[in-house]
Amino acid sequence: MIEKAQPVDLPRRPLVENQRDYHWITEKVCGIVEGKTPVWWWVFFGLSGMVATFALVGLVYLVSTGVGVWGLANPVNWGWAIVNFVFWIGIGHAGTLISAILCLLKQRWRTSINRTAEAMTVFAVVCAGIFPLFHVGRVWFAWWLFPLPNSNAIWPNFRSPLEWDVFAVSTYFTVSTLFWYMGMIPDLGTLRDRATVVWKKYFYGVLAMGWRNSVRHWKNYEMAYLLLAGLSTPLVLSVHTIVSFDFAASLLPGWHTTIFPPYFVAGAIFSGFGMVLTLILPIRAVFKLHDLITQYHIDCMCKITLATGSMVGYAYAMEFFIAWYGANSFEAFAFINRAGGQYWWAYWIMITCNVITPQLFWFKAVRRNTALVWVMSIFVNVGMWFERFVITVTSLANDFLPSSWGYYSPTVVDIFTFAGTFGLFGFLFLLFLRFLPLIAVAEIKALACPQADPHNEDHPLNRKSNPTHRSE
Amino acid sequence: MNPSAHYGMIATFDTTPEITRAAGLVREAGFVKWDVYTPFPVHGLDAVMGEKRSRLGGLSLAGGVLGMLTGIALVAFMNLNYPLIVGGKPIFGIIFPFPIFYELTILLAAFGAFFGMFFLNRLPRHHHPVFEYEGFGASSDDKFMIVVEASDPMYDELRTKVFLESIGGHDVTLIPAGKMAEDGGAK
Repeated sequence: MIEKAQPVDLPRRPLVENQRDYHWITEKVCGIVEGKTPVWWWVFFGLSGMVATFALVGLVYLVSTGVGVWGLANPVNWGWAIVNFVFWIGIGHAGTLISAILCLLKQRWRTSINRTAEAMTVFAVVCAGIFPLFHVGRVWFAWWLFPLPNSNAIWPNFRSPLEWDVFAVSTYFTVSTLFWYMGMIPDLGTLRDRATVVWKKYFYGVLAMGWRNSVRHWKNYEMAYLLLAGLSTPLVLSVHTIVSFDFAASLLPGWHTTIFPPYFVAGAIFSGFGMVLTLILPIRAVFKLHDLITQYHIDCMCKITLATGSMVGYAYAMEFFIAWYGANSFEAFAFINRAGGQYWWAYWIMITCNVITPQLFWFKAVRRNTALVWVMSIFVNVGMWFERFVITVTSLANDFLPSSWGYYSPTVVDIFTFAGTFGLFGFLFLLFLRFLPLIAVAEIKALACPQADPHNEDHPLNRKSNPTHRSE
Repeated sequence: MNPSAHYGMIATFDTTPEITRAAGLVREAGFVKWDVYTPFPVHGLDAVMGEKRSRLGGLSLAGGVLGMLTGIALVAFMNLNYPLIVGGKPIFGIIFPFPIFYELTILLAAFGAFFGMFFLNRLPRHHHPVFEYEGFGASSDDKFMIVVEASDPMYDELRTKVFLESIGGHDVTLIPAGKMAEDGGAK
């Protein structure tokens, strides 16, 4: 029987559909950068630039007047600034997950989306950094966060999770930018080689660092890529762990829990995948990238959203369980107050968006409905913002002494500043779409094209007689 | 034949199986000063060329160790320079400042990997004789190219051309030495 049994021939899902050749991929991706600027781009660019000025005006007003223009007041002295910081930094995490962790796990489908996701990471961290920077109050003293000698002759407090944050976030931003840029060098070389206008030759030429595709260079490059992936993995896990320490290292009920680091990391990846879907699906439709970002890619992203969303849901349930099981009346109150207290509406928005929404991704029909997936990804973004709001504000507004309880509301300055960061994000992202290769061309050729395997001699595109061989 | 008049000879190939086979044959033929240019990293091609494993890991490790030591030195110096007890924690320990050590280790290890890659590749170098070949741009698109340098002891304008064609290369062309002739070509 055993001898007769034959292995089933399971066809692998192609990562690039319609058997595209290398040249098609180059043309497709470089064509986006080299082509005429589309009208919609100018519209959105102007719009996001305009919205970005909200943040500028909000911050100028804040600095010239004082932190009092934000809604912070006793007992809630951590409001939207921290919520927005954690929200944006969390979004960044999906980009690093895609570029680093999925690289180590040899998930080849990541090649279609990693460049866009990494760009998202870098820009999200830029938006995130604004909030703690201005939350310090006197922003011109923000450099005291760094270990530099100052006229007070004292040094930063290395015992504070907030100081750990300075190191974690600045390292994260630096390493993410290096990783993103290094991954782009070969593609910038391609753009340089194809450039027809002088300024483009110089622009891409300088950025490409004289890259010339030598195998001896690729060897070191691939090693550098692997090392950066290996370094970014513990880095990304540490960043949101340390962000969660900002809360967990305090003594406030609802914050002082050991579940926070893994729960924050899962939530960060969940929110980041929400944002990746929000960005990728319109890009795919507008630039007609259906052969490169296939239904399989969308399925994979939806499944990761489902997995991390379920982890987040589990963490919510576990927090409640421990609050009861721990038999600490303050902890128990903090959680009953979250679900039924003055911020009940925020809590239930969070549960609806983060726990219920992703469960729909179990269904193939849902994952195949791109418009629905896009709408759901927005829900994930909204839900994760509310999660940070619930965590930050409910514990502060109702702490140990009922006589000092309060109710926090943002001011118009808070709202406009936050809206402005979306404008800034969009502004930077649109510049990226216009001037840089939004798909990792070299990587997708190497990893997603079956004809790139040097042992795949029988592949139709590798046969000598094939008419698709381009003649010079 | 005047070997200094040109940098070398370039041949173009169309597919990864072809370039891998051809690279193996060039190596077997005994050439030493040659290189392969591919639009993406071809799996196993560096091994076929006889390339050793990249030495980048060592540079990254050195960066990481330096980062860890920097972190320890930073925290130790600053806490001893102005001792200030906060939260009842010791003046110096390895627990409370561990995130600082950790992040600096990663940061400098990443610098080691990133700048080490440029160092080992001798980049940035914006002018290289291979760029003088006008068809070279295709090597960042869909063509695979082998360059045999004129300084190779086995190099002979006629025989090398015949050889490159015999292993499947087409568009075999001489690369002029260009402005960088005094540079001695690639490493």
